[in-house]
Amino acid sequence: MKKSLTQRIIVILIVTLAGLAIVFWPRHKPTAKDLTLAGIQNNLRETIHLGLDLRGGSHLVMQVQVPEYLSNLTKQTATGVQQAAQQLGYDVKEVRPEADEKNNTYRVVLVAGDPSKIPDLRDQLPRKVNDFDPNTWSETTNGNTVTWELTDRAKADLGTRATQDAMKIIDSRINSIGVAEPTLQEYGTAASHQILLQMPGMSDPEGVKRLLATESKLELMKVVSPNNPAPIQTYPTKEAAIASLGGTVPPNRRVLPYKEGNEPTQAGQNPSSPNQPQAWVVVEDPPVVDGSELRSAEAVNAGPTGSSDTYHIAFTLKPSGAQKFGAWTAANVGAYMAVVLNDEVQSAPFIKSQITDQGQIDGNFTKASADGLALTLRSGALPAKISYIEERTVGPSLGNDSIKAGVTACIVGLLLVVLTMVIYYRWSGINAVVALMLNTVLTLAALILFNATLTLPGIAGIILGIGMAVDSNVLIFERIREELHSGKTVPSAIELGFARAFVTIVDTHVTTIISSAFLYAFGGGTPIRGFAVTLVLGLLANLFTAVFVSRTIFMWELSRKQGRVETLSI
Amino acid sequence: MFQLFHNVNLDWLKLRKVFILLSTTIMLAGLASALFRQAYHPGGTDAFNLGIDFKGGTVVTAEFKQRPAPETIRDALHAQGISDPIIQPVTDKPGDVLIRLPKLETNENVAGKTQVDVGRADVAKALQTFGTQVGINDPFPDQGNAFKIIGTEAVGVIAGDSFRIQAVKVTLLALIGMLLFISFRFEWTYGAAAVIAVFHDVLITLGFFSIFQFEVNLTVVAALLTLVGFSVNDTIVVFDRIRENLRMHRRSNLYDVTNDSINQTLSRTIITSGLVFLSVLALVVFGGEVLRGFSLALLIGIVFGTYSSIAIASPIMVWWQQRLEAGKSQTLPAGTRGGGGGGPRRQPAQSARNTKASAAAR
Repeated sequence: MKKSLTQRIIVILIVTLAGLAIVFWPRHKPTAKDLTLAGIQNNLRETIHLGLDLRGGSHLVMQVQVPEYLSNLTKQTATGVQQAAQQLGYDVKEVRPEADEKNNTYRVVLVAGDPSKIPDLRDQLPRKVNDFDPNTWSETTNGNTVTWELTDRAKADLGTRATQDAMKIIDSRINSIGVAEPTLQEYGTAASHQILLQMPGMSDPEGVKRLLATESKLELMKVVSPNNPAPIQTYPTKEAAIASLGGTVPPNRRVLPYKEGNEPTQAGQNPSSPNQPQAWVVVEDPPVVDGSELRSAEAVNAGPTGSSDTYHIAFTLKPSGAQKFGAWTAANVGAYMAVVLNDEVQSAPFIKSQITDQGQIDGNFTKASADGLALTLRSGALPAKISYIEERTVGPSLGNDSIKAGVTACIVGLLLVVLTMVIYYRWSGINAVVALMLNTVLTLAALILFNATLTLPGIAGIILGIGMAVDSNVLIFERIREELHSGKTVPSAIELGFARAFVTIVDTHVTTIISSAFLYAFGGGTPIRGFAVTLVLGLLANLFTAVFVSRTIFMWELSRKQGRVETLSI
Repeated sequence: MFQLFHNVNLDWLKLRKVFILLSTTIMLAGLASALFRQAYHPGGTDAFNLGIDFKGGTVVTAEFKQRPAPETIRDALHAQGISDPIIQPVTDKPGDVLIRLPKLETNENVAGKTQVDVGRADVAKALQTFGTQVGINDPFPDQGNAFKIIGTEAVGVIAGDSFRIQAVKVTLLALIGMLLFISFRFEWTYGAAAVIAVFHDVLITLGFFSIFQFEVNLTVVAALLTLVGFSVNDTIVVFDRIRENLRMHRRSNLYDVTNDSINQTLSRTIITSGLVFLSVLALVVFGGEVLRGFSLALLIGIVFGTYSSIAIASPIMVWWQQRLEAGKSQTLPAGTRGGGGGGPRRQPAQSARNTKASAAAR
C-alpha cells in the first residue's frame, strides 16, 4: 500500500512539473524578468497559439467560381474543335458551346455537313484537340449532330484543379506582401471549392483583396545570349547582367531574376536558397506570347533517360497566340526561351523545333519540376474568378479586449468554484481545488503540445471545463458522504465512493465528448472549434486529476494518520 | 458535515403533471413569440434576432474619440444611402459602437468589390461627418473628433444560408448521437426519454431568445450543443443511480426507485449545477459582448437542463417503461448484472402508479 502511494505521488509530480514547464517555461533563455507578471504574460502569449479573434488579424473565405470556369473551358474547347475540323478538312456546319451553369451541364455541339464522315471525325478530333478524350467529354451522336458533354468526373477534377491553382497563385501573392504565418487551405467540403485565408496581424485587408484580384502575369520571352555556345546565359548578379548590355538597360531589354535551377544539363550551378535568385537573365521585350494566349498546360512523361523518367511540359495556345508563336519559334530554333511569371524567370528551356499551338517544353525535367512548371503555366492562365463570401477582421485592440474579458471571467469563475468547494467540503474541498488547478494547467499544456489554437470561445471552454470537472469531484464526495452515513469506515467509504462514482464519471465525460465532436465538425475554420478543443482537453485531463490525483491525496491523508481513521473532513 | 439536501424524500414523479404544465406553458410562450414576430414583425423584429452569421450582412466596429449619439450616426448612414442600419453602442467600452448593415442586394460575383468593401467604404464615408478617420494602429489626434474602424465581420448570403442549414443539421445529429449512446448504455426508453428532455431544453432556450430577442449567431449554436451535453450528463447521473438501485433492490418498483434515485442524487445535482451556473455567470458578467449570447444561452440551458432531468426525463422514462411492461415480463435495463429479460416483478406495474410516495428503505 505504501509503495503504490509513493509511485502514484511520483507520477503526479512528474506530470505536474511537465505541465508547468510546458506552460510557463519561456521559449528563450530565461531571465529574471520572466518571473514578473508581465513577463509571464508575455511568455504565455508566445507559447500559446492565439486565434485571430484574440491576436487580431483577418479571416477571409473565397469562393472559386467553378461554373464560370467550366463555361469558359467549354467555349475554348468548342473553338478548338471548330478549328481542328477545319484543319482536317471536314465539312462542318456549326460548332457551338452549350454551357448551362445552373444545371451544371457543359456541352459542345457539332453539326456536320456530311453524316457519313462523323465516325472519322470522332476518331480524329481527340488527337487534334487538347484534353478531348472520352474520359473528359462523353460523346453521343444523333443523325448529323455530335454532342460532347463534360463528364461528372471531369467536372469534379477540373473544379478541384481550379481551386488548387487558385490557391497557388494566392500563396505566392500573399508571400510577396510578407504576411506573417498565413494560413491558406481548402475550406468546407471538397465539392464546395472554397478557400480559407487567415492573416494574423493583418488589420487592413483592403489592400490584400485588391492584390488577390489582379491577374497573374505570364510571358514567353526570348533569352538574349551573347555569342557563346554555352547553355543559357545567366549572370550571377543583376549588375553583371546590366553590364553585359553596356551599362544601361535599353527599352527592348529586361533584366529578370532567374528563380529555379533548370534540370541536370547545367553543370556547375550552385543551388541556393529558394527565395534568392540564383542568377539573372536578360530577355527581349516585348514578350512573344503572354498568359492570355495560353489555353492549357500539362506535365507529360517523356520516358526513361538513364535511371529515371524525364518529363516535358505539353502546352497549348489559343489560335492567335499559336500563330505568333509559330512564326517566332520557327525563326529561333536553337535559342532559349524564358518562361517568365510575374517578372521572374521560371525556366529557360531550349527550343528544339517550331512550336505553333501545341508544343512541348523539353529540358529533362523531373516530375516534380515539370508538374511545378505546368502548374505555374496553368495558374498564370487561370480564368476562374474568385469572390469573397466571408470576412472577419479583428483589430489588435479588440483582440486584447477579448483576451482580458476571457481571462477575467476565467479567474472569477475559478474563484467562485474554489470558494464553494472549500466551504461545502472543507478539507476535501481543498483536495478538489488542487485537482482543479492541476486540471487547468494540464489543459493549457495539452493545448500547447498539440499546437491547438486558443480562441475566445476556447477560453469559455476552459471555464466550462472547470465547472464540469468539479462535477466529478462532487460525484465522488457525495458518494463518500453517503457511504459514511450508512456506517462504512472511512477507508472503505473512500474506496466505494471512487468505485461507484467512476461509472457515472465515464458516462458523463463520454456524452460531453460526443457533443463536442459534433461541435468540432460544425465549427470548421471558425473560432467555435477552439471551444470544442479546450473542452475535450479539459475533460481528458480531468479523468486524470479528478480520479487519480484526488484518490492519491486521500490515500496520502489516510497514510499520515497511523492507526484507525475515525472521521474525514468532507 | 455541512450538508444541504440530506435525507430529502419528495415524491417527484407525483408532480409530473405540474412540471409538464409548466414546461408546456413556457414552450408555448416561446412558440407564440416566434410566430407572432415572424407574422407581424412588431418593431421590425423577426422570430429570432439572427446575427449576420445566419442572415448575411456586415457588422462594422468603430471606435470614436468621442462617440456621437446613435441617432446622429443613423442619420449620417441614411444620408450615405444605407437603409436600415442598426446602431449598437458597446456597453463596456464608451468609445465603441457596432454598426450592423443588412445584406445588400448586390450580386456577390461583382469582381473585386465584395460585400464587405461596399459596406465598409460607405460606413467610413458616413462617419467622416463626425471627424477624421485614422489608421487602426495610429493614435487619435489631439484636436477634433476622430474614429477608427477596428473590426469588421461580413458574411455573404450564401454562406449565411449554409451556416443556418448546418446548424440545424448538427444539432439534430447530436441529439441522435445522444439517443444512440444512452440506448446503448441503458435501454432505448431511457434514451428516448433523455433525448426528449434535451430537445425540450433546446426549445425552451430558443423560446427565451425569441421573446427577449437576444442575438442568435454561431456561438449561440455552440452553446446549444454544449447544453445538449450538459443536460444529458445530468440525466445520466439520475439514470445511473436508478440502474444501480434496481440492481440492488430487485423487489422495488420503478416508480419508487426513480423517486429514491432522484432524492439521492439531489445533493450532487444542485451543487454541480450551481457551480456550473456560477462559472457561466462569471462569463455573462465579465466575458464581454462577443460571448454575451453564448453565455446567456448556457445560463438558461443549465437551469432548464437540471430541471428537465427530474421533471421531464424521469417521468417519461417511467411512464414508457411501465407501458412496455404492462402485459409482458419486466426487463431490467441493459448493463445491470441481472441482464435483460429477467423474471417478472413481485409487484404489478399498474398499482405502482397509485402508490403514494413510500419512504424509501434506507
